[in-house]
Amino acid sequence: MTEKKSAPQSIMIVDDELIVRESLTKWFRQDGYRVESAEDANHALKLMNEGPWDLALLDIKMPGMSGLDLQKRLKEIDKNTSVIMITAYASVESAVQALKEGAFDYVTKPIDPEHLSHLVTNALKQRKLVEENVQLREQISDIAKANEIVGESQQVQKVIELAKTVSKTDTTVMLRGESGTGKELIARVIHANSSRRYFPIIAVNCGAMVESLLESDLFGHEKGSFTGAQFRRKGKFELSDGGTIFLDEIGAISQKMQVQLLRVLETKQFTRVGGNEVISSDFRVICATNRDLEAAIKEGSFREDLYYRLNVFTIVIPPLRERRPDIPLLAEYFCNKYAAAMHKAVTEISPNAMDIMVQYDWPGNVRELENVMERAMVLATPPAIQHTDLPFQLASKAHGLLADSIAAIERAHIEMILHRCGWNISRSADILDIDRVTLYNKISKYGLKRP
Amino acid sequence: MLSILIVPIRPVDHAELTSLIAPLTSAFEQSVSIEESHYVDPAFAFDSYRNQFNSTSIIAALLESYPTHQGKIIGITTVDLFVPVLTYVFGEAQLDGKVAVLSSFRLREELFGLDPNPELEHIRLLKEAVHELGHTFGLIHCHRPECVMHSSTSAEEIDVKGKNFCEECDQTIREATSTMS
Repeated sequence: MTEKKSAPQSIMIVDDELIVRESLTKWFRQDGYRVESAEDANHALKLMNEGPWDLALLDIKMPGMSGLDLQKRLKEIDKNTSVIMITAYASVESAVQALKEGAFDYVTKPIDPEHLSHLVTNALKQRKLVEENVQLREQISDIAKANEIVGESQQVQKVIELAKTVSKTDTTVMLRGESGTGKELIARVIHANSSRRYFPIIAVNCGAMVESLLESDLFGHEKGSFTGAQFRRKGKFELSDGGTIFLDEIGAISQKMQVQLLRVLETKQFTRVGGNEVISSDFRVICATNRDLEAAIKEGSFREDLYYRLNVFTIVIPPLRERRPDIPLLAEYFCNKYAAAMHKAVTEISPNAMDIMVQYDWPGNVRELENVMERAMVLATPPAIQHTDLPFQLASKAHGLLADSIAAIERAHIEMILHRCGWNISRSADILDIDRVTLYNKISKYGLKRP
Repeated sequence: MLSILIVPIRPVDHAELTSLIAPLTSAFEQSVSIEESHYVDPAFAFDSYRNQFNSTSIIAALLESYPTHQGKIIGITTVDLFVPVLTYVFGEAQLDGKVAVLSSFRLREELFGLDPNPELEHIRLLKEAVHELGHTFGLIHCHRPECVMHSSTSAEEIDVKGKNFCEECDQTIREATSTMS
């Protein structure tokens, strides 16, 4: 029956008849439970302070507050307490009412001991499972949260703090940062810390699809709405009902999609492509971009109203070169990750290799670092990653280009700035303090190519 | 001198009680005797509405009848026992107390429409006697299915468990008897 070694499970008996309280108390104590009894609802509510109670056996018919009302109050105090109703009269109506309000089961007096024994065992087992389920869910989300972000720098800690703060709300979040800085990870952290965490987070890469595909991907489509639409398909907005939708590269969507998106964000309603049915979905929006949306608005390629709708709470994720102290941490993290994945006994990174990585500018940010570490792990001979395992351009760039002519230095400098800005011309021109036309001219003069 | 006293409650088979003496003596390492001078008439505990006998009342009466007895008392009968909230009980005991009561009524094969099986019924009675007396020594139900202190609310469950205490429960009994004597 009960495990002797673990803390005893607890049962509260509420019945106005003394003999019932006494005999049930005795019966359950012999089973090793912690048992207390109360003669009425008031006393029972006081006993809740001595809880938590795993199980409450409540007499339906009592003077004062009835067992049914007491059940409601007990559930308000501790919704996890299992309730079994006891009734002297086999009143189907009140028993059904009790079950509807969440009672585990009911028994009629006098109770068959065999039946009671099994019922109590099952009620307690169920409660244990429910509890365990909650714990496991918490553990999983803890694990998911803990592993996702590596970094001790002030900038990263600030980002995490902002993400956690905003996660408690349903506010739309815009994540800004260069490619590879981990915008999707932050989106997942926000989701994992929000009340929506047990619902899905659906990621959509808006930049990766042509307009018509993106439309059906986001809104779904009815069968036959276009060539190849063989089945009705739910869209990402519909799938993220209750959860979060992560719209990556939001700056890349077309004008038409911007209008549609604005409408969905405002009404949370939409129709599938080729359909008439209006579908409602409850989702939270997190979007991300590495583009200069403000410049895009000036240029007229991004709608201002959509921008204000999305730009409620912005988190700027700093590029890796602005938080160099995190580079060793990340490098070690990826080193361990790929050592485990590739079953290689490579446990460290040589100081020389680490120096090169810390000095490097990482235009591709964390993603680039991860790729470099993966590649290095393939080449490395245990026990350490050497600087020779790093890609050639990394080593050469980190040590600075020694050029002879002014032109060569200018070329290298422009290339570096373009790299750093992800080839964002406006931003690069700003940094270089030249106008965009001049920058275009220099790019073509030096034959620079977008990577 | 501590001892276990078996009190016959009418109607009861004396030979049945006698056959319990040896196994109970070895289970509890105490002298076991039968109250020969006084057979209890349980009429006072009869509930005419339920047509059963209230075991809690019987325990109270036994406690009153033997105020000076040093040790445990177990009343044994063949009548159907109940406690008010339950439809029936095989027996009842005071947890860490002095008195237990036990009936063979629900242990009979006839109850399930089968032929009488005195041997099996005797083993059931013995297991339940050890079990109820175990409660008076402070033992609660044991989670080990083979232990005689495992909870059993049906005759089949009695058949499944063993006649003896598991090591841990046995240890508790030894400690209880040594501090008492």
